Amino acid sequence: MKRVPMPKLPLEERVRTFKEVALGYTEEQAVAEASRCLQCEKPLCVEGCPVGVDIPLFIKYVAEGDFESAVEVVRERNSLPAICGRVCPQENQCEGRCALGKRGDAINIGGLERFVADWELKRGLRIPEKAEPTGKAVAVVGSGPAGLTAAAELAKFGFEVVVFEALHKPGGVLTYGIPEFRLPKSVVEAEVDYVKKLGVDIQTDVVVGKTITIEELFQEGYEAVFVATGAGLPNFLNVPGENLCGIYSANEFLIRINLMEAYKFPHESDTPIKVGDKAIVVGGGNVALDAARCALRLGARETTVIYRRTEREMPARREEYANALEEGIRFKFLTQPVGFEGDSSGWVREVKCVRMRLGKPDESGRRRPIPVEGSDFRIPADTVVVAIGQSPNPLIPRTTKGLAVSKKGTIVVDPETLETTVRRVYAGGDIVTGAATVISAMAAGKKAANSIKKALLGS
Amino acid sequence: MLLESIAPRIHQLVVHAPLIAKKARPGQFVILRADARGERIPLTLCDWSSRDGWVKMIFQEVGVTTKKLASLKPGEFVEDIVGPLGTPAEIAQYGTVCVVGGGVGAAAAYPRAKSLKQAGNEVVAIIGARSSEYVILEESFKGVCDELFIATDDGSRGFKGFVSQLLEKLLEEGKRFNYVFAAGPVPMMRAVAEVTKPYGIKTVVSLNPIMVDGTGMCGSCRVTVGGVRRFCCVDGPEFDAHQVDFSELMSRLSMYVEEEGRALALYEGASFDEG
Repeated sequence: MKRVPMPKLPLEERVRTFKEVALGYTEEQAVAEASRCLQCEKPLCVEGCPVGVDIPLFIKYVAEGDFESAVEVVRERNSLPAICGRVCPQENQCEGRCALGKRGDAINIGGLERFVADWELKRGLRIPEKAEPTGKAVAVVGSGPAGLTAAAELAKFGFEVVVFEALHKPGGVLTYGIPEFRLPKSVVEAEVDYVKKLGVDIQTDVVVGKTITIEELFQEGYEAVFVATGAGLPNFLNVPGENLCGIYSANEFLIRINLMEAYKFPHESDTPIKVGDKAIVVGGGNVALDAARCALRLGARETTVIYRRTEREMPARREEYANALEEGIRFKFLTQPVGFEGDSSGWVREVKCVRMRLGKPDESGRRRPIPVEGSDFRIPADTVVVAIGQSPNPLIPRTTKGLAVSKKGTIVVDPETLETTVRRVYAGGDIVTGAATVISAMAAGKKAANSIKKALLGS
Repeated sequence: MLLESIAPRIHQLVVHAPLIAKKARPGQFVILRADARGERIPLTLCDWSSRDGWVKMIFQEVGVTTKKLASLKPGEFVEDIVGPLGTPAEIAQYGTVCVVGGGVGAAAAYPRAKSLKQAGNEVVAIIGARSSEYVILEESFKGVCDELFIATDDGSRGFKGFVSQLLEKLLEEGKRFNYVFAAGPVPMMRAVAEVTKPYGIKTVVSLNPIMVDGTGMCGSCRVTVGGVRRFCCVDGPEFDAHQVDFSELMSRLSMYVEEEGRALALYEGASFDEG
């Protein structure tokens, strides 16, 4: 059985604007898609959901046209459904476990989650009941998915919650990282608004570790701190010529575009970005595809993603890979940059590459790419985006006495409680796991909130 | 917010920011946005009062953001200010030190002169500008220095020539420094580094690359120091002048010259229409 196709913005319009690509189901389409659900007795989809949303139940309500009840079911477990419906890698999670997927198309659970969340946003958010005030305050560091989720949960438990955000806008990676065409900022703002309506105070422009330390937060009266600062440090290739003009880290490229709205330069934004005719993006994850699709929309005539493994090992969401192909992004697999050549004024002109072949699987389970000797070649480029992953931000570990970190720089936590080696300091999301998904960060936020509740209230 | 013009197109901005003032150390900077559509720009902290909760920055009108900041009215707010960012300077007792500030770089040199003096050094300062009316912070420097020299490109005040030439002259005349700090335009910092290198004097410069977030996230401010890539916003902004790749820094600073020009033309056109 085929799933009800997701309506999309027409291709010719898509490649010229930053408008959202997937338009979302209409009520009729949502009901039709929901009606395909088998309502399994032992629903595997729920096991595949990191936050354990009762998926069959919310889908049943959608099929019945009772969207109100459907939203309630989703919200019970997920504070950011409009975001998850759009950016979760459902094919590896809920939809990957769907019984229908064995013979045909899995239910479009992400599409339905988005539908009910958007329906709720249109109707206007209702704020759930909160527990009696506990009289205790908790600080959350970072307003990305982990921080927002923890803050929402803690507020519901009756804590006074203050979130500290280093940038000038809340949302973390949802704001600075994921582009408008995949996750409209109005959706992020609405979800942030929901968290604020729960009574959470979000203070922007505060860099914990610089403006104020964790120790000082305790002195100010906070009884617990949740650190959710993400994986904010860009990895570079460490090859010659990487500091030439025109070479961006994916973080810089996306921060300029998403947070600073450089795509509106100069008329509505003062932050510039420069994209030439030939854009090269290095990497194979969602961030690489986001950067490539941004480059295309900013006028690159030719945008090529180069990845050292093959299509099969690419970690990007399949839907976005399909979208990128449709939009005309080119892919060069088994290719690794080994250096960059520039012109006399310091601008990048060429990417020096080698071909790769796949060897035996490495610790990630994917086959290890090995350079093919004598296979050097060059690709002309005037814009390059390096999207090969992010590392944890060391600001807080560097300024917090006794906070243990791993060799990779991630914060060490008790896996049961998410408490760090410093009492009453908890951590979760990418700062603990290394770069992962929005939903796993949210699951950590929830878990930490529960541990904090237990520690401070004893239940 | 208080704004005061201290030289042609050079302004002093004082912002009430108690959290930043409480933590500020010499060598650190803040990131500002002038308005809701504004760019994030770094400005070195020139002075602050942890008791009264204010921080002071000095800037020159060059692009859209600094023009916007210059047009703020008393009591108005800057959209955002975040900090203090960067690694605080290493302040030690070196003996006799020379603090060199070129143009608005004097604003970064001043807190350094002050703290070096407090640490028990004999402080010689050299501040320079295009011509006499652009010399800033003279009185402030006098209060924290044992000796103050002024250089102007046109000779309208003090030594005629660049600050680096004046420094070279002092060294040639037999003056000895155990430590030199320089802040200003890249060619000036490079020239200072070249002057002190043969003398083997430890020399530190405060770099000013393009930044976006200022917390180590974007890598826009990457500089090569001693052959190693460093992020100016978190590892700096101060580095060993004899190790810095100044040519690369110059080239990276010019990345958006064309766009900056377009934005400025548009902004000034709009301001002109309104006026």
